[in-house]
Amino acid sequence: MSNAMSVLEGAVSTGFVTVRDAGLTGMVSVRADLTDAATVAALSSCGITVPVVRQIVDGVAWMAPDELLLVTEYADAPALAQKVQAAMADTHALVHVVSDARAVLRVEGAGTKEALAKLCPVDLATLAPGEVRRTRLAQVAAAFWLEDAENAQIICFRSVADYVFGVLQMSARKGSEVGVFTR
Amino acid sequence: MSFRLPSGGRLIDRTSELKFTFNGRIMRGFAGDTLASALLARDQMLMGRSFKYHRPRGVVASGAEEPNALMNIGEGGRFEPNQRATTAELFDGMAARSQNHWPSLEFDVGAINAKFARFLPAGFYYKTFLYPRHFWKYVFEPIIRQSAGLGAAPKEADADTYEHFYAFCDVLVVGGGIAGLMAARDAAADGKRVIVLEQNGHWGGRAPVDGAVVEGKPADEWVSVTLQALEANDNVTLRDRCMGAGVYDHGYVLGYERITDHAPANDVPRHRLWRIRAGHVVTATGALERPLSFAGNDLPGVMLASAVRDYVVNHAVAPGKRTVVVTNNDDAYRTAEVMVNAGLSVPAIIDARPSVDEALISKFSDLGVEVKVASAIAKVKGKDRVTGVAICAQDSNGSVSTTIECDAVAMSGGWSPVVHLWSHCGGKLTWDEDQAMFRPDPNRPPTNQTGEGFVSVVGWANGEIDQGDIAPVWIMPQGASIETRNKMWLDFQNDVKVSDVQLAAQEGFESVEHAKRYTTLGMATDQGKLSNINGLAVLADALDTGIPQVGTTTFRPPYTPISMGAIAGEARGEIFQPLRRTPMHAWHEKNGAHWEPVGHWRRPYCFQQPGESVEDAVNREITNTRTSLGLLDASTLGKIVVKGPDAGKFLDMLYTNMMSNLKPGKCRYGLMCSENGFLMDDGVVARIDEDTWLCHTTTGGADRIHAWMEDWLQCEWWDWKVWTLNLTEQFAQVAVVGPNARTMLETLGGMDLSAQALPFMGWADGKIGDFNVRVYRISFSGELSYEISVPASEGLAFWEALMEAGEPFGITPYGTEALHVMRAEKGFIMIGDETDGTVIPQDLGLNWALSKKKEDFLGNRAHSRSHMADPTRWKLVGLETVDGSVLPDGAYAVADGHNENGQRNMIGRVTSTYYSPTLDRGIAMGLVLHGPDRMGEVLAFPRVDGTVAYARIVSPVFYDPEGEKQNV
Amino acid sequence: MLTLKCPYCGVQACETELSPGYEAHLKRFGPGSSDDDFETYLFTRPNVKGVHFERWRHAYGCGKWFLAARCTTTLEVFGTYSAQTPAPPAEIIEAIKSKRPDWSPET
Repeated sequence: MSNAMSVLEGAVSTGFVTVRDAGLTGMVSVRADLTDAATVAALSSCGITVPVVRQIVDGVAWMAPDELLLVTEYADAPALAQKVQAAMADTHALVHVVSDARAVLRVEGAGTKEALAKLCPVDLATLAPGEVRRTRLAQVAAAFWLEDAENAQIICFRSVADYVFGVLQMSARKGSEVGVFTR
Repeated sequence: MSFRLPSGGRLIDRTSELKFTFNGRIMRGFAGDTLASALLARDQMLMGRSFKYHRPRGVVASGAEEPNALMNIGEGGRFEPNQRATTAELFDGMAARSQNHWPSLEFDVGAINAKFARFLPAGFYYKTFLYPRHFWKYVFEPIIRQSAGLGAAPKEADADTYEHFYAFCDVLVVGGGIAGLMAARDAAADGKRVIVLEQNGHWGGRAPVDGAVVEGKPADEWVSVTLQALEANDNVTLRDRCMGAGVYDHGYVLGYERITDHAPANDVPRHRLWRIRAGHVVTATGALERPLSFAGNDLPGVMLASAVRDYVVNHAVAPGKRTVVVTNNDDAYRTAEVMVNAGLSVPAIIDARPSVDEALISKFSDLGVEVKVASAIAKVKGKDRVTGVAICAQDSNGSVSTTIECDAVAMSGGWSPVVHLWSHCGGKLTWDEDQAMFRPDPNRPPTNQTGEGFVSVVGWANGEIDQGDIAPVWIMPQGASIETRNKMWLDFQNDVKVSDVQLAAQEGFESVEHAKRYTTLGMATDQGKLSNINGLAVLADALDTGIPQVGTTTFRPPYTPISMGAIAGEARGEIFQPLRRTPMHAWHEKNGAHWEPVGHWRRPYCFQQPGESVEDAVNREITNTRTSLGLLDASTLGKIVVKGPDAGKFLDMLYTNMMSNLKPGKCRYGLMCSENGFLMDDGVVARIDEDTWLCHTTTGGADRIHAWMEDWLQCEWWDWKVWTLNLTEQFAQVAVVGPNARTMLETLGGMDLSAQALPFMGWADGKIGDFNVRVYRISFSGELSYEISVPASEGLAFWEALMEAGEPFGITPYGTEALHVMRAEKGFIMIGDETDGTVIPQDLGLNWALSKKKEDFLGNRAHSRSHMADPTRWKLVGLETVDGSVLPDGAYAVADGHNENGQRNMIGRVTSTYYSPTLDRGIAMGLVLHGPDRMGEVLAFPRVDGTVAYARIVSPVFYDPEGEKQNV
Repeated sequence: MLTLKCPYCGVQACETELSPGYEAHLKRFGPGSSDDDFETYLFTRPNVKGVHFERWRHAYGCGKWFLAARCTTTLEVFGTYSAQTPAPPAEIIEAIKSKRPDWSPET
């Protein structure tokens, strides 16, 4: 995999929070009826438990009633996709590696919620860790979740990774703290 | 004269002196001053010129409602016009300039307008249209253009940054006065999440100025204790210098926070726009005092009574040594008391009411202030500032009884609740006859998503105003002559007088909205905060009806102007818009890419070599590709995978041709139409396996077509078993094009790319070098072509490997223009060039792609509508200029005669036109009436410069019509 | 700037996260339909003042289309529901009637 390169090439920016490229990340999209018993059983045979609505648990994210995102190591994604695909061969499902279609960024520090609240129409005060919020980040679609009060992961499309990094960097500039969540 | 008092000033810090300039003169003020108070402290009463007549104007108010004291503030990248001196907090180094005068504030040529005032009445602008046309063009327009606008436009890019902030709360309180803080305290006590916005840099509103006692404590002390308690509560967010700008649907409120206006800094955003979603909004926005309409009420030195005591109490600035108070209510007496207590002289209180409480009169008589009951100001004396007032009886026609010398006038026409935020989203008002004001009607609040009222109003904003007895007095004196009414200002900033509103009514502009626009009453940057009610009252009187019958004009957000920067937020410069980059973007940039925006993508138009023109680069790229080898970054093309037992059926509905019978391993070109029958996208579909297809879309179409697919699957055919996934960005895609394409790829080793193993319109998975690839044998250029996809993360490495391997073949990367020219040489259509949302496949000779076997597909039914089946629809042909020149893009072919609109008859238009280096001549495609039946005919295409181009109708396929080159 | 609750993922989405899809419950007319029916399907919209059924897509969220019953004049939302519904469900009709007693589905 020496040919593969993360779109942000390891970029890091330090403001009142740190914004960084999370590097190449393995991702597999699964489209299937998540309420269907056969689907649940097939996924379960691969060790995958369907989380409740909007949650991410052990690298399995609920994206829509018929869509999961499996998050893993970059190198492991093709094999994971194959395994799930094989397990779901008899159910109506679409499984595909999407690691390269997306970029993953991390926001770290006490002001994480604040930096995100400048860009996303989301109530960060009530957003619980582990809840995946698919939303608008400035002018593009993104999904993010809080790992805890001070760390967040953001997934966006690869082509706009520079834009997302840019707006986060702007939002995290020292001196622009709002002081709402950090009291 | 106005001056600083030796002691006092609750907001200023005399130990902290600030230096600033006004019109280039160095002045000094104190921390806590506004620009207005600092100027008044230096006897700078003249602060600007009015918009229309260039009248000398001083400050009238002490807050956001100020109409006159508008300033250009700042320099260079921090210059901004039209800032209110009353809300501009003074800082060290502030540079302020007055506006709307030339050559100077003191001597202004434009003031001559005042001499011609009788020629500039209400609606004069509209009346200019009635004169002969040349009058408008040569006389009025140049004059109006010269005088339009108030401040100067900034010349440099804004040096500051801005941002947005999304906030959520149960209760939003707008206004940090006593009523607002009480509401916040109550909500917080209920365990609610609360945000409180205060537009000023200090809390408490007017109560501390007026010496109020709240819950047994002096107002200042109560405010400080209450703030402490609120600050300690984690559920409460307090923001000062943050104005509630507008209330919108479903509890959405904009807050406008001015972070550095009072202390410019480089590393801090200047403004922050709060985008708040509130469960409930409490407006505690207070009230604004109204001026009174008397002759000369706009002279510098005439101020609102409340503003006069604000300046005395807050900033220890006296607007004058001798101040006459004129009023129609009890509240203005407070001003007289404040002045007397500060050791200033109040020669008289002119009270228009027919009778006044005896106790009040004797109280002020004890203070040495004479109260003149049932009296009015006949005229304010003075030229550039107040020197005295002439007094008459209120019920007279203005005959002067006496004259009083003074240098300031404090006027009060009563108070109007600030109902703006209540009204923004539909809250209705009711007229309170006793207090002579509009107040929020609690029975008709603005409603939210559940249909319930979501705004409530507290304190003065709700009409709970402590102004004592009031008599409605709208002009003084009651029987003023027309000459006098012509000197009574209603709207100071837009120079609208009582006589103008009366004229509007007389000329038939009876609706308040019409009268507003005709006179421009309330249309200035202050949006009539001082003038509206007085104007309505004058209009009602002129129409002989009541004020509630006339009604108010519409209150629209924002409450006061907010900066464009705050609205834009972070969206400036590099991050103005998302710019989509392909995995090879950085390589293109390093190698001379001349960019073309395609949607949000940037694609190389061509790759310029040093010293090369854009045209030369395009021609070189085409020739090189046709004769040897070219490389195109095709990553932006949409790639949507469609899978499921019903996927074939679904694609047969989406595409005009059959996709269900495509064999795995094969590709097919397909068209998509809207239900209207119009062509909306095209692309190559590859069948991956028994129940999986991969659909290529145009670059701009990827998201749109994916959404289109999901729309039909979710909303119409939801029982069909089909999944889609947009994989556009998962893959980098490279077109390797040219007669040497195969030979070059074979040098890299890997899969068998021979015509036998991978024939034209086939695809295969395999390896090229050490890359895992999927290869499509498709061609948009007419040459031998492999479109190869690799995971996007490997796109750059793959591209570089191809460039290296291609070097012996003289490989050249090519851009979108070469792509366009080559497809046009082949007669391939381009969505967006040959189509424009009104073109159907039949127009483009694509009938072969319309399946006859299928009963239904999207657009099929529409194709049999009469207009679609009309044989006179223009059809696609090739066009070849007689002299080899290039036809102008979009040019129309003309025929003899004219249509019913007197326009030249038209029989066709150019849809694509290029210089073809391959053929060394101009080639074009176009839609022409009966085109395919008119081969060889020459059409005339007039150019914009009046000359005419002649072009012959030919086949649209200019190059390799048999397709021998792509299928090898 | 209205908000609508996405019935699929439960997010109370703001308008900037949604894309509008106009009138809901249109009946598609395809090949073999009369010119009048087809024209009605394509173009004829009542442009309702009051209770309106419409399509929205949670475009920046879970991507699902859903339907909403909303008052076009007050922006009151009576409910949102699945797009896989040929007609407004009973509970939505009930919710509307409780707020707009004079309204009936035929008007």
